Amino acid sequence: MGRTLSQKVWDNHLVHSGDGEPDLLYIDLHLVHEVTSPQAFDGLRLTGRTVRRPELTIATEDHNVPTADIDKPIADEVSRAQVETLRKNTDEFGITNYPMGHPDQGIVHVIGPELGLTQPGMTVVCGDSHTSTHGAFGALAFGIGTSEVEHVLATQTLPQPAQETMAITINGELPEGSSAKDVVLAVLGAVGTGGGIGAIAEFRGPVIEALSMEGRMTVCNMSIEFGAKAGLIAPDQTTFDYLAGRRNAPTGADWDAAVAAWSELKTDPDAVFDREVIIDGKDIVPHVTWGTNPGQVIPLDANIPSPSDFSDPTEADAANRALEYMGFEAGTPMKNIAVDTVFIGSCTNSRIEDLRAAAEVAKGRKVANGMRTLVVPGSGRVKAQAESEGLHEIFIEAGFDWREPGCSMCLAMNPDKLSPGERSASTSNRNFEGRQGRGGRTHLVSPAVAAATAIAGHFATPGDLS
Amino acid sequence: MKAVHVVQGTAVPLDRSDVDTDQIIPSDWLKRVERTGFEKGLFSEWRDGEDFVLNDEAYAGANILIGGPNFGTGSSREHAVWAIQQYGFDAVISPRFGPIFKNNSTKNGLVPVEVSAEVAETLMKAVQDDPSLEIMIDIKRRSLEAPAIGLEATFPLDDSVQERFLKGLDDIGITLTLDADISTFESSRPAWMPRGA
Ligand code: SF4
Repeated sequence: MGRTLSQKVWDNHLVHSGDGEPDLLYIDLHLVHEVTSPQAFDGLRLTGRTVRRPELTIATEDHNVPTADIDKPIADEVSRAQVETLRKNTDEFGITNYPMGHPDQGIVHVIGPELGLTQPGMTVVCGDSHTSTHGAFGALAFGIGTSEVEHVLATQTLPQPAQETMAITINGELPEGSSAKDVVLAVLGAVGTGGGIGAIAEFRGPVIEALSMEGRMTVCNMSIEFGAKAGLIAPDQTTFDYLAGRRNAPTGADWDAAVAAWSELKTDPDAVFDREVIIDGKDIVPHVTWGTNPGQVIPLDANIPSPSDFSDPTEADAANRALEYMGFEAGTPMKNIAVDTVFIGSCTNSRIEDLRAAAEVAKGRKVANGMRTLVVPGSGRVKAQAESEGLHEIFIEAGFDWREPGCSMCLAMNPDKLSPGERSASTSNRNFEGRQGRGGRTHLVSPAVAAATAIAGHFATPGDLS
Repeated sequence: MKAVHVVQGTAVPLDRSDVDTDQIIPSDWLKRVERTGFEKGLFSEWRDGEDFVLNDEAYAGANILIGGPNFGTGSSREHAVWAIQQYGFDAVISPRFGPIFKNNSTKNGLVPVEVSAEVAETLMKAVQDDPSLEIMIDIKRRSLEAPAIGLEATFPLDDSVQERFLKGLDDIGITLTLDADISTFESSRPAWMPRGA
């Protein structure tokens, strides 16, 4: 029987396997940031261990960094101490770190791909659940905890129990105005927050094949939101074109050898998946979350559901709580809901294509009165690219706040936060209670919907703007 | 990691689904570089509400946490496990765990007890009715028991995870015994694979 993409990558990284033991996998790329690594480096020091392959380990500062006044020291002392700890640790163990203000700094899942570090067929880990992003290249990429960070630092391997495989096929074509974000929100609506637990997902089908690398990263980014260990997409010409010429990509004869190897990775025609989900692309209209988990999602032109719409008592109960937290009346049309803040950023939607999509909507328009808006590029390189295309001017002219790269209001560890009761339209990946600031209410949307919402003052698609 | 054989005691019923790690330990707490002191951050936003179950005196001293389905979804922060343990819990019972949370639990000796939705619900109700209900979790037998209500169930635990719990083994130490295999694998990696930056 044939093998799936993820099984091939898995097999190619087997260091050791034994009965009743998890497989020991080799890790090709270990990404590190300031939040989940300090205790791991401490562990190494305590046990007198060292970093086995510092050159396969890359660090950056993203979660805590401010997105304004970055020429000054970080004002929050605890954040500053954490960033300084990363600098000290990477110095001590000989690891490259891209510090705040460096042209290559950015959100860890944005810089890996853009520096060409993420390549097909690799294993990629990071102490961060959205490591699934890198699966867009056909890499087996997943988030790990701090104990595992320490394990990878010390051994460059990770013990992993076998996983099921899950195919998510998106057939047909997307309707005009829908984006990769809507694809993954629709998948979440279909499978729920637990639908991928215990499995590695592979996204496939014509809609996925037609997506750019940026779009594929958006889709894979949110695999973790339905509980999948990882989400992969088979590498193809789009992948190779994206990688060619990037700083860490192979060149010359190596490039040819690499492309030949990468081309072998796709799922064999006779491979069988343990789970299958099929979605028709034409049903994927722009989506928005209404509740406090990413599975609580509806089409933008639908009404807010009522707990009685859910037959499962647990879901009904969760809906009840979510409505209360979000300050909602069931049955209200989503498009009638006014928004206080729009955040365009995060490892889901802060790449150049996302900023282009938002700028296209913003161009020649003005944000609604009293609306707070943040546009936070995913990296220094994205920012530079956007500025070379003049996107920042479009945003600034429309009244958006143009910021420095980082995680920012995706999780509000830096000064960019919602106040209690404030409502945001956000291009990020998590609408959990308090995720963007204590008491804040988050709605996940695509960049185009975020920009249109900023202008309309309430949830809207670009098509709704006059 | 300390060896764990049996977890015995009373439980707190946290009757909510999708308890994500952002709720377990809000992101403000992630700025710390230490590994201890997270107990105060556990559910800190919910704990401000008076009727939150953790504030209920009837459950003081409980060492087992019962949650709804999808417990520990979301962020990979191991701080969530540290906070739960440092607050005083030795085991968490749920019909379904977020996979990274579950994995992090086993690395720290916090027992993730995955039972059927019916068992979890029965136990949740029983503990709501009687906060002093005794529960026993046995790693060796992979069993969960509450004799007073005649409840007996088993839960899955990989052999290797079970062994680590029972012996208190350190993962890194185990892997380092395979150092030669790692070196052999490394010598076969294509030279063009990325390194450095
Ligand atoms: S942008 Fe948000 S989700 Fe992505 S790495 Fe940063 S905090 Fe995590």
